[in-house]
Amino acid sequence: MAAEKKGLQLLDFWVSPFGQRCRIALDEKGLPYEYLEQDLDNKSELLLRSNPVHKKIPVLLHDGRPVCESLIIVQYIDEAFAGKSPALLPADPYARAQARFWADYVDKKVYDCGTRLWKLKGDAQQQACKEMLEILKTLDSALGDGKFFGGEQFGFVDVAFVPFTAWFLSYERYGKFSVEKECPRLAAWAKRCGERDSVAKNLYPPEKVYEFIGVLKKKFGIE
Amino acid sequence: MASGGELQLLGSWISPYVIRAKVALGLKGLSYEYFEEDLFSKSDLLVKSNPVHKKVPVLIHGGRPVCESLVVVQYVDEAWAGTGSPLLPGDAHDRATARFWAAFIDDKFFVAWRELFRSTTDEQRAEAFKNVVPQVETLEQAFEECSKGKAFFGGDAIGLADIALGSFLVWIQVVDEVSGTKLLDEAKFPGLAAWAERFLAVDAVKEAMPDAGKLLEHYKGFLAKLASPAAPTSYS
Repeated sequence: MAAEKKGLQLLDFWVSPFGQRCRIALDEKGLPYEYLEQDLDNKSELLLRSNPVHKKIPVLLHDGRPVCESLIIVQYIDEAFAGKSPALLPADPYARAQARFWADYVDKKVYDCGTRLWKLKGDAQQQACKEMLEILKTLDSALGDGKFFGGEQFGFVDVAFVPFTAWFLSYERYGKFSVEKECPRLAAWAKRCGERDSVAKNLYPPEKVYEFIGVLKKKFGIE
Repeated sequence: MASGGELQLLGSWISPYVIRAKVALGLKGLSYEYFEEDLFSKSDLLVKSNPVHKKVPVLIHGGRPVCESLVVVQYVDEAWAGTGSPLLPGDAHDRATARFWAAFIDDKFFVAWRELFRSTTDEQRAEAFKNVVPQVETLEQAFEECSKGKAFFGGDAIGLADIALGSFLVWIQVVDEVSGTKLLDEAKFPGLAAWAERFLAVDAVKEAMPDAGKLLEHYKGFLAKLASPAAPTSYS
């Protein structure tokens, strides 16, 4: 068997917000890594071997050892490279608990609701739209008047949620609402995050995401 | 007894998620005031402390709430880092592994097992059981890899994955009794079967678990309601 490859590799899929969390975290820490784009219709042996349980991206390989699940990867990056600033999670246990709670909230709610918003029609879509607005307003409220979710510093919750800002345009079009109008603080936060190198470099333009959803819909035979 | 500020736990005696919080608090030797919630008639304190999900457990420490069972367990571990044995290992990769299995237990194992829990007919039970066994097979392998021959997923001492899975054990036994199944069969899953016995023998765990007889009666009542149309059936 070949020797384990040294350094960091990220098995990922270009538009995945979950993968983008990892890319942003790595860039925030200034950690060089090899990006390996995966074909999700024809999964590589490396992916299947590295994540046999879920067979999903993202997977971070560190000296050949896999870490799976995006938020677990982000915490791993923060802990394995604790010497590199910035710290993505705060030092205080209560602040850490708050950060984990809100990252978990984003995980439980945003992607699933967003998917229902573009996949479904009629009443079900209306319901998804209502839910998405509730979710965004809850997050807007959690952000409050803070610069970032963690306060002054860009951190764990920001990393967890910022990839979805590239999906806001799509949510707006499918849901027929405006994030700027409904959640102005969140809209301002999204702009602020977009000014960071790690974010600007790793998110795709919202129109590209919208186009991707169009391709997915065709693939699933949805009009 | 160590406390470092007033501690309150909002819970429900039947909730495995609350059991997780109780086990963590017990392992750290922490005393707390426990409030039993009626999940069909939630207290103002619960709604105020967990406005987002309105669920238990909620740990309130010095007036500040912590919500979501795995967040609570990690909070207890970090806020009382000097006390007792750490619930997460020191090595970053091992920590990632512990978190991975805790997430798997919630996202895959529980979701599959819940179908068995909700089954009211033998046909449903057979189908549900068939679907949960592969998750248990994965966990048996996970146990072998994580424990490395020691007593728990966490090694010599109980860790996050032990707490995540162990919190379901009395429920698993109760559902097995009604379904006529044996999920953690020692012939098929010797590692997990032996682990379960060890886990249930730990003092902090014994104190946190509901009485199996009481839980069985409760479950039978739940199934009766489920089989008949009208009443609310979800615990949230």
